[in-house]
Amino acid sequence: MNDTVRSLLIVFILLIASLSVAGMLTWVERRLLGLWQDRYGPNRVGPFGLLQVVADAIKLFFKEDWIPPYADKVVFVLAPAVIMLSVLMSFTVVPFSSSLGVVDLNIGLLFFLGMSSMGVYSVVLGGWASNNKYSLLGGLRASAQMLSYEVFMGLSVSGVVLLAGSFDLRTIVVQQKAVWYCVPQALGLFVFMVAGVAETRRVPFDLPEADSELIAGFHSEYSSMKFGMFFVGEYLGITLVSAIVATLFFGGWLGPFLPPPIWLAIKTFVIVCFFILLRATLPRLRYDQLMGFGWKVMLPLALLNLLVTGAIRLAMG
Amino acid sequence: MNAVYYISSVVAVVATVAAVTGLNAVHSLLYLIVSFLAVALIFFTLGAPVIAALEVIIYAGAIIVLFIFVVMILNLGDVAVEQEKRWTVGKMWVGPALLALVLMAELVYVLFQQTVHHLPGAGPIQPQDLGATLFGPYMLGVELASMVLLAGLVGAYHLGRRRQPDETAQERQEPVDAGARR
Repeated sequence: MNDTVRSLLIVFILLIASLSVAGMLTWVERRLLGLWQDRYGPNRVGPFGLLQVVADAIKLFFKEDWIPPYADKVVFVLAPAVIMLSVLMSFTVVPFSSSLGVVDLNIGLLFFLGMSSMGVYSVVLGGWASNNKYSLLGGLRASAQMLSYEVFMGLSVSGVVLLAGSFDLRTIVVQQKAVWYCVPQALGLFVFMVAGVAETRRVPFDLPEADSELIAGFHSEYSSMKFGMFFVGEYLGITLVSAIVATLFFGGWLGPFLPPPIWLAIKTFVIVCFFILLRATLPRLRYDQLMGFGWKVMLPLALLNLLVTGAIRLAMG
Repeated sequence: MNAVYYISSVVAVVATVAAVTGLNAVHSLLYLIVSFLAVALIFFTLGAPVIAALEVIIYAGAIIVLFIFVVMILNLGDVAVEQEKRWTVGKMWVGPALLALVLMAELVYVLFQQTVHHLPGAGPIQPQDLGATLFGPYMLGVELASMVLLAGLVGAYHLGRRRQPDETAQERQEPVDAGARR
């Protein structure tokens, strides 16, 4: 019984923590963007503008929740729920210490890949159900982009799996006691980061919602908290990908002095800041550049990484 | 675990029936996704977690997205639903229903025989076992599948390649044919 209470407690703490972190990230991103672009960002509401998140949430909740009359209503409502579900489900396999975590799955990494491929449906269906040509174009772009980048997201982590000999995220972290995998798998890290940015549809890969050409892409027709769910889902996705990068390549919870979950949080936060720095600096790619870059540069790189890692692993025995 | 198995089986059957009988193409595909997820859960309860994960990643995550991709471009709406209603008359259900009934009878017969052959060494299958089997005794199958995929890739490249300028010029010299095709 104690075990049940403990795991329920972990589930709820993780749920509340990840959702509030995602909410706070909206403020962190705007402040950091302001810093890097030599302006202030939101600093009026509360100390340092910290209450901006609360103000935004209240504004979103009280907006009219409008469903276009020509939309496919069921699918339209379902779409934002899918992204929240798939991202929150992925958080269950992230290990916070050698014993702390929601589930200890021996195929944890595959579970993460599966759930991230489920996330595609949210943008595709959202774009289709809106029955609006800009939304549809956004949805089309999203599905092609996420399908392509998923391929070498899977390939890039294969190097890590080869070295650790397991899909279990906990085993992968324990195996990094001597040296973090960002050293032997530097190429894999690069490919995974690029794929991660594309999976979360962030600049420079934010073509599905390119606001200069598609209004807001797949979520043009969404208002109120349905839009809020897409928004929070995006930030949850960034947090998730950062946590997975920290786990796979930067030793997860490993670190001296501080308790393990704190180390994971610090590493995750640094990687999240890197995501925001990318947005602050890079321009948006053109669509054919995006697909060409994916299939002609990233895929061969990921395959090369896998080939060399496999050969070395085989030679070492 | 037994309850999980039966519940996900029921979900799989219901979702598949809904996918087959549905009139709206996208809704049918959504039911198909649910069906794949239910089948993944069945694999998981049977002790094959890797297959379950691959079912989600490949079937539910990649292949159905491509289906939806195509259906999205077709821009089907209420008109298509009406057309589907006219096409799916009672008579067309007879053949498939008969065939399915035969399979169902066979399944019931096998279940009542009590001498179901268990898979050798049935138990949780680890990822390593799966890889070693695929690239050991079943190497030929993997290579054959890769050849089929390569053929598909070459075919897609041929259909999608950009025409050279001189080829389009050649086509212009046969205006009757080209006009008829357009």
